[in-house]
Amino acid sequence: MAIFLTKDSKVIVQGMTGATGMKHTKLMLGDGTNIVGGVNPRKAGTSVDFDGTEVPVFGSVKEAMEKTGADVSVLFVPPAFAKAAVVEAIDAEIPLAVVITEGIAVHDSAAFWAYAGAKGNKTRIIGPNCPGLITPGQSNAGIIPGDITKPGRIGLVSKSGTLTYQMMYELRDIGFSSAVGIGGDPVIGTTHIDALKAFEADPDTDLIVMIGEIGGDAEERAADFIKANVTKPVVGYVAGFTAPEGKTMGHAGAIVSGSSGTAQAKKEALEAAGVKVGKTPSETARLAREILVG
Amino acid sequence: MDLFEYQARDLFAKHGVPVLAGEVIDTPEAAREVTERLGGKAVVKAQVKVGGRGKAGGVKLATDAADAVAKADQILGMDIKGHTVHKVMLAQTADIAEEYYVSFLLDRTNRTFLAMASVEGGVEIEVVAEENPEALAKIPVDANEGCTPEKAAEIVAAAKFPAEIADQVADVLQKLWTVFIKEDALLVEVNPLIKSGDGKIIALDGKVSLDENADFRQPEHDALEDKAAANPLEAAAKAKGLNYVKLDGEVGIIGNGAGLVMSTLDVVAYAGENHGNVKPANFLDIGGGASAEVMANGLEIILGDPDVKSVFVNVFGGITACDEVANGIVQALELLKSKGEDVSKPLVVRLDGNNAELGRKILSDANHPLVQRVDTMDGAADKAAELAAAK
Repeated sequence: MAIFLTKDSKVIVQGMTGATGMKHTKLMLGDGTNIVGGVNPRKAGTSVDFDGTEVPVFGSVKEAMEKTGADVSVLFVPPAFAKAAVVEAIDAEIPLAVVITEGIAVHDSAAFWAYAGAKGNKTRIIGPNCPGLITPGQSNAGIIPGDITKPGRIGLVSKSGTLTYQMMYELRDIGFSSAVGIGGDPVIGTTHIDALKAFEADPDTDLIVMIGEIGGDAEERAADFIKANVTKPVVGYVAGFTAPEGKTMGHAGAIVSGSSGTAQAKKEALEAAGVKVGKTPSETARLAREILVG
Repeated sequence: MDLFEYQARDLFAKHGVPVLAGEVIDTPEAAREVTERLGGKAVVKAQVKVGGRGKAGGVKLATDAADAVAKADQILGMDIKGHTVHKVMLAQTADIAEEYYVSFLLDRTNRTFLAMASVEGGVEIEVVAEENPEALAKIPVDANEGCTPEKAAEIVAAAKFPAEIADQVADVLQKLWTVFIKEDALLVEVNPLIKSGDGKIIALDGKVSLDENADFRQPEHDALEDKAAANPLEAAAKAKGLNYVKLDGEVGIIGNGAGLVMSTLDVVAYAGENHGNVKPANFLDIGGGASAEVMANGLEIILGDPDVKSVFVNVFGGITACDEVANGIVQALELLKSKGEDVSKPLVVRLDGNNAELGRKILSDANHPLVQRVDTMDGAADKAAELAAAK
């Protein structure tokens, strides 16, 4: 089963013809992703050859959907144009838009998030500033390396890309149902809670690993959600205990403001919800392993 | 990026929010001329990016030009909660009848914008929110609809502003929203917003925080950065396009990906508990690429930090292959040496992920006297802490 993305997903790439888009479209194809098109109004009607796979370029998301039945879009669009591209995806009512772009102004992400809501939330947004999501052995929508791990029964949701990779690597022998990088920006589409809800409902997921970091209160709210709604075991990790107040740590959303958004508060909230929280990524992997394999 | 009060005032004025005349100076003598321009008296206000400056003695009334020079002299150089006062703003004096509070900010929890308003201004709004939450109105503002006249009226009504000033406050709110949108702000706050003796609504003090992700369309924001106050290492890193934050420990950190680097800091701090309490010296995310050039730039910044006693390079090869990273490290050390940089601090390198074996072999073969390979993150952090403590 997996969540949000399966072997049946038909994926288009907005920004496919740029350098980053080209590089990652090739990698996604290599991981078995069914990429059915790219979007670029200036190159509509052409196609791009990826080692023998011809991928057509369409003028709009709407056109790509009409001609291919695409239901997922991955966006590698530069920050200045990202809002327009996401709005286009929302207008086309594509079920899933994965926004990889880092550095989008928060007024733009707040605007497209509000727009998605006004349009009835027909498009699930993942990101921005995220590595995307992967269902190992089936499909890869984003930049997560496809060869770290194999299909398995762990579900992973994380604000951080490299910590996602690290955790997939540590537990590579057990394998993952899906891994979702939700991104480190202050305003993101899919949250920890959305992924937890989907993993709880996914018959192919036995355990959930949740990775958080400083800033905001998403982890605290996820803890409340877990307490009330999640029956599967959840193992957690939070990064940023040593982060100073008022400094942005790489991710635009990773900032402790006054006394809010600290790693300690998040860890305590998760533990109070029955989540086992690791002190380091390795310890977190160990906790997950103990639960699954004993 | 948080702004100084005088910069916030300038942005308010630019977008039509009513403010009092004011000028910023950095020498006491300059206060004389400015005070005369302001009509012979002025409020002298310390420009520091921290609250509570009034209580700390950083705001004083000057009754004439000579007094303004004396007051500016007292305040300039003052330390307010660890912030040295390098500038003061001389502002026109105000006849305050009432003090209110208004702001627009990003509400991360609800992924929307929020207006906050209270007729109990002039005190710290956190205190109002804590002690008298009913007195603080919070109204969501849709990012695409904005602060329309109807929304402004809703905010005014929710905060129970008196009827005779309702229209004026609503007008100020709409102009403040313009500041928020046009300047790509994360916060615009007026505290206090005052009613003067003659019934005018004026923004007396303000706080603005800007979104640095919007710099690409805000060319004027670069000039607002307090470059003098920036840590020199942070400034050098920024010039090289590196994501770097200086911290106060001894173990230099380089890693790829913000989350992994934050995690690395934590793991080093834990390891330090067993090694003389050494701590991470910095945050440095060299990003996914981790090319030799970027690695060299990063190492140059970190090795140039006199506080650094050892360096921990923690890379998980995702799309980037570890052999490229290993070559990058070896080449970076050669590059720095050829540039005459002091390369004498021990490096602990942990490589995992894509082509890790190949990368580790490259490091082993290079046999660099300063580089040690440890293949787990926890083990490498421990080694780096141990080396820093031994120095």
